[in-house]
Amino acid sequence: MSAINQSVTTMIEQKPTDERVRKLSPWRILLDRPELGSIAGTVLVFAFFGIFAGGSGMFALDGIINWAQVAGYLGIIAVGACLLMIAGEFDLSMGSMIGFAGVMVAIPPMYLGWPLWAAVIFAFVGSMALGALNGYLVVRTKLPSFIVTLAFMFILRGLTLVLSTSFANSTIVSGIGDKFTDDPVISALFQGTTFHWLFNGLASMDLITKLPSGDPVVGGLPKVLVWWIVMALAAGFVLARTRFGNWIYTVGGDSNAAKNVGVPVRRVKISLFVLTAFCACLFGVLQVADVGSAAADRGLQKEFEAIIAVVIGGTLLTGGFGSVIGACFGALIFGVVQIGISYTNIDSDWYRVFLGGMLLLAVLFNHYIRSRAAATK
Amino acid sequence: MADDYILELDDVSKFFGTVIALQGVTLRLKRGEVHCLLGDNGAGKSTLIKTLAGVHLPSSGTYRVDGEEVRFNSPREALDRGIATVYQDLALVPLMSVARNFFAGREPRKKLFGVIPVIDMNYANETARDKLAEMGIRVRDASQPVGTMSGGERQCLAIARAIHFGAKVLILDEPTAALGVKQSCNVLKLIHQARERGISVIFITHNVHHAYPIADSFTLLNRGQSMGTFSKKDITKEAVLDMMAGGTEIQSLVDELEGRAA
Repeated sequence: MSAINQSVTTMIEQKPTDERVRKLSPWRILLDRPELGSIAGTVLVFAFFGIFAGGSGMFALDGIINWAQVAGYLGIIAVGACLLMIAGEFDLSMGSMIGFAGVMVAIPPMYLGWPLWAAVIFAFVGSMALGALNGYLVVRTKLPSFIVTLAFMFILRGLTLVLSTSFANSTIVSGIGDKFTDDPVISALFQGTTFHWLFNGLASMDLITKLPSGDPVVGGLPKVLVWWIVMALAAGFVLARTRFGNWIYTVGGDSNAAKNVGVPVRRVKISLFVLTAFCACLFGVLQVADVGSAAADRGLQKEFEAIIAVVIGGTLLTGGFGSVIGACFGALIFGVVQIGISYTNIDSDWYRVFLGGMLLLAVLFNHYIRSRAAATK
Repeated sequence: MADDYILELDDVSKFFGTVIALQGVTLRLKRGEVHCLLGDNGAGKSTLIKTLAGVHLPSSGTYRVDGEEVRFNSPREALDRGIATVYQDLALVPLMSVARNFFAGREPRKKLFGVIPVIDMNYANETARDKLAEMGIRVRDASQPVGTMSGGERQCLAIARAIHFGAKVLILDEPTAALGVKQSCNVLKLIHQARERGISVIFITHNVHHAYPIADSFTLLNRGQSMGTFSKKDITKEAVLDMMAGGTEIQSLVDELEGRAA
């Protein structure tokens, strides 16, 4: 008891600067971070699958690559969705854009005789132009981005279907995989795995599992994971350290205030719609390179998954507050749950129930955290 | 003589369709004075400051800055001439830190590894803290969210920001309207400090008790027209009160309540 009293007195004496400052415990400082919820969620999810699927090979190297790849795909679009949501907008057309980018890559080389590199550039430029159009309509009409991008969600999904059935007579445009393999630059950027030397080296040192042939069980790091890491680091850096990052926060926090202090609100928003379109296109191109075909149903509901990952990551639906790291943890949770559930004895039909529950929990938790963070301490 | 005035509105009118918001208003702001703009709701105060701030162009009459006639097409142009307006909403984002708010839109930058432009957060934190300290506000930590500050502190932050970015004229739109007694005093002190630094201030209020102690001169607006500008030495607080629309009405209410039918 006296020890407690003593520590209280020393705490009071330590404050010569300002009597209104209360020392915050490290725990409390952690609690004010946006990504806390998602990190706690990740730990929970890992603990859960560690218990129920620990012996199943889910946490062996090939298992890890398996779920990390799912997380990687989602992570790429979650990064874009995160910055846009911090700026106070949504892009519901992301999922459809994935499918549309896929056919933009696949149809020209298969049916119009284009070289693949030209089609890839065309897909990126086309997607980003559509993103800019999305953004322009939102800032110009001041309509909620929810409704504008919802329209594009249907338009692009429909166009994807129309294009693939009219060119390929099928909802799947196949045969594009070989074209990727034949193009060294495009293949190096988007197809297969990398860091083979590292995995070979680790295997020769018996640090990772080997196949009977002596090759490592996993040949290399999938390119999608490299892209995810690069995008996440870049976006996190821009948000935290640059002027544009500060503008994103200001625009999302109060766009009127942003305008009054001279932030180019429209330009910021349009650039971020271009970014989400870029991310969706990257997802689409990586997937086409990986699977070897484009299909009309690619990326279905991915916009919602991205938003869920971002919200689990602690970003406010209303904008102005959030974290790229959090969104990445949100995507990781997705990957682990989606793949992990098949390693357990649990019926995988429970997957969506689990995700919905997770989303609800995250929103409630974030709401609580934010009301504490913004309240007068 | 014109050089004595930093801002001059000469016979300015502003019409919105059939509505006459301002009718032949003349307002002259001397260099380094605190000029109070008084008027009841609907008197045209907002239209007047928005005209000064470059939001509205006057329908007729002239607007001079430093004796030179100007026509501002946007608030940005007014800002470039050193005319900064602090509106009631303060243009602050509660969830962002004090330093990030202070420098929003005008972030100090440095080069990371000599190439990548990033915000100089150390400079931003220190400057924001120091500038607020000069205003008598000790910020506990410039990386704390603005949402943790009181209303008075936020007002001071917005004013400190305007001064830091080179305001020569500060237009304050009802800075004390939502504040308690003590916080209002702090803001009044701040206005005094701004004057000490040679900044001219236009202080909009409908509270004579806030206006009288700090102001050097008063302009009274009533129903879109100026009732004249008075130097403080020429007019008493009671006279100012009487001239405001509320003055006589409150008196008649008092009379009525006390049973002395008018």
